[in-house]
Amino acid sequence: MHEGGFFYQAFVYLSAAVIAVPVAKKLGLGSVLGYLIAGVLIGPFVFGFIGEEGQDVMHFAEFGVVMMLFLVGLELQPSLLWKLRSPILGLGGVQVIVASIIIFGSVMVFTSLPWQTALAIGLTLALSSTAIVLQTLSEKGLLKTEGGQNAFSVLLFQDVAVIPILAFLPLLAITEVGTTVGYESHTWIDSLPIVLRTLVVLGVIVSIIVSGKYLISPAFRLIAHTRLRELFTAAALLLVIGITILMTEVGLSPALGTFLAGVVLAQSEYRHELETDIEPFKGLLLGLFFIAVGASIDFQLIINNTGLIAIIVLGLVIVKLMVLYVIGNFFGMRMDNNLLFAFGLAQGGEFSFVLLSYALQNGVVTGTTANPLIASVAISMALTPLLMLLNEKLIQPYFGTKKEEDREADVIDEQNEVIIAGFGRYGSTIGRFLQANGTQATYLDMDPNNVDLLRKLGLKVFYGDASRHDLLNAAGAQAAKLLVVAVDYSDKALEIIETAKKHFPHLKIISRSKTWDDYFHMLDKDLHGVYREFSDVALRMAAEALSLIGYRSNQVHRSLKKFRKHDEEFLKQIVDSRHERKTFIKHSRQVIEDLEKMILDDIESVAKDKDLGWDITTIKEEFAPIIKKLKEENS
Amino acid sequence: MKVLILFAHPAFHKSKVNKVLVDDLSELQGVTFHDLYEHYPEFDIDVKEEQKLLSEHDCVIFQYPLFWYSTPSILKEWQDLVLEHGWAFGSQGNELKGKLFFCTITAGGPKQAYQIGAFHNLTINQLLTPLKQTAALCKMITLPPFVVHGTHAMEDDKILDFKNDYVGLLKTIVDDKLDIEKVRKLDYLNHYLIKEEL
Repeated sequence: MHEGGFFYQAFVYLSAAVIAVPVAKKLGLGSVLGYLIAGVLIGPFVFGFIGEEGQDVMHFAEFGVVMMLFLVGLELQPSLLWKLRSPILGLGGVQVIVASIIIFGSVMVFTSLPWQTALAIGLTLALSSTAIVLQTLSEKGLLKTEGGQNAFSVLLFQDVAVIPILAFLPLLAITEVGTTVGYESHTWIDSLPIVLRTLVVLGVIVSIIVSGKYLISPAFRLIAHTRLRELFTAAALLLVIGITILMTEVGLSPALGTFLAGVVLAQSEYRHELETDIEPFKGLLLGLFFIAVGASIDFQLIINNTGLIAIIVLGLVIVKLMVLYVIGNFFGMRMDNNLLFAFGLAQGGEFSFVLLSYALQNGVVTGTTANPLIASVAISMALTPLLMLLNEKLIQPYFGTKKEEDREADVIDEQNEVIIAGFGRYGSTIGRFLQANGTQATYLDMDPNNVDLLRKLGLKVFYGDASRHDLLNAAGAQAAKLLVVAVDYSDKALEIIETAKKHFPHLKIISRSKTWDDYFHMLDKDLHGVYREFSDVALRMAAEALSLIGYRSNQVHRSLKKFRKHDEEFLKQIVDSRHERKTFIKHSRQVIEDLEKMILDDIESVAKDKDLGWDITTIKEEFAPIIKKLKEENS
Repeated sequence: MKVLILFAHPAFHKSKVNKVLVDDLSELQGVTFHDLYEHYPEFDIDVKEEQKLLSEHDCVIFQYPLFWYSTPSILKEWQDLVLEHGWAFGSQGNELKGKLFFCTITAGGPKQAYQIGAFHNLTINQLLTPLKQTAALCKMITLPPFVVHGTHAMEDDKILDFKNDYVGLLKTIVDDKLDIEKVRKLDYLNHYLIKEEL
């Protein structure tokens, strides 16, 4: 059945995802569960489209977790990370230690396994699944709540804790396996003395931070200058993969490395662009990862050991749930956040697979112990979205205190009411005026030179193409109220308008137009305002011209406004009648005719003085005879 | 009877009393609330549009805070431009004939300050002379003003009292229940209810 070809595999995975995920979403189960179900369906135990190679796919797809951490880093300003230091070290540390000890204790009490095995199991099962939890939380938009942030902190600590645990496991060996099997991270660096090794590790971390700050941004600037989109994507991928290799070389967690790089780049002007480039890869790989987890669930084993595995899963979830809840309470989390935190993290994680197979290789556990555990971990991961749904729908409404006003303000995101696309001379005037009135807008610009310059002047301008809906989304279009289109290129402006209208119909849009044709096209789009870029300036200059040859300023000023109003109404009429015209030539000829007519009209009547007010011609006509009569009578 | 309120406050964002007075007025049945400074930030008053509005209503109210014993400048501009000869006045100008007219004024000082010999030396009614004569020239029926005194220091519940009185007055006018002959003799329109009971 497994033809084995790359395309065949890709076809199976992609169709499973494309079918299962929308169905799961429709049922309110979330995408993670959809992927997992898809995995189970195509796995060896249901349809059997894929066989054991699912394991390799899983290892490959774990790279999605690395990318996810990079993206999470991009969303975190360093200052915010510093604020999170206490939950990361405190909450994370306590969670890993307490959960390990309690699981270790339970295993000791309820089984006859040796203490070394029990300890390995404790350490392994204390970890939770970064991939499932972060994906589910961000899909539900809960990542920035207190519970979400704390869950993230714990997961981050666990990602780091894996490394010492990996180093520690071989010491727990109970059976002689000949030579101890090394984990793949055992590389050249292990031959170095411990002091040197620490130095190398520290050096790598520092170099990531320093180069992120001083090297990567200029490099991206150079690449952006080529204006080749795919090159930028390639560079972003290169960055993530490069860090992964580097971190693996020195035996550190690649997720930690890319996370750090993400944090450093969070302040870069290319943040939104990087986000948009990496996001689809991350999404696909994570999806693949979840499918692989689903496919790897060994149903034969589960059927043979139903009772045992049910007890392990139930025990694991309940113990972790309680430990997390108590710790959360101890750290002063409010009820609803604490419930989210506890239910979110009550599962085994993808690291459990790695640690268990490593422990197996090193003779810390036996196959009969490890296999049911691996199955249980996979099941507990699959249960997570369901548990969170249970919490959200059944438990939270009764016990949670949903106090929205208590929620901490989002510090991570730049979320403004107004987005300005195009921040050249035109857009920056708009931005400055808004700023002068206390309204901060999110600025997007496509010209790297311009972005650099404005950044140097202290303005937070983001580099990116606003006609891409994902970039608009990253700029906060979902929550914004108004989009100001001020870009220089007409086609681009129209593209941006189309994207925004399609994906963010709630946004009000006002736009700059350069030519008559743009103006007509934009009027057709039914925007909140279309502004011909030279009309106002030209009119101001015309008014000034009249003043200079002796007209009174007030008269000229009023005439200008009258003219402008008339002009705009006239153009709207042309647009309305434009649809009836068939050919382009006819159309342009008509525009010229209309223009002529407009000019002649103006000469005839429109801006005549008497329409500008304070006209006493008729008063004179009515009262002058009466006054004359009175005078005559007096004399 | 349909009521048109021409509201003029150049610094409405800083206002306290008028904010309450004006709040939700546009929701009232039969009342059109027209905010001149909001509508014409550049003073380019649309004469035809304003005249159309006037024609559609039977009672016209100028509502404004007192500035230099007079209206804010846009209301003067409005008069200059909208009340055209041959439309509002003159032998052919009868469009406003028979319509009611009065002012709703907020003033910082108390009523005692607006007396002959007191701080301001003139009463509100004396200060309104040019406006009353303008209305007379346009053949309108002028009513006494509705005045909120002492806005420089006013408690919130007191503002609400005025608001309730004002809304009550507007409803009475809309329902055609105002005894015009009776209230014309009043000093301020504020007392229309009290006098009714007497």
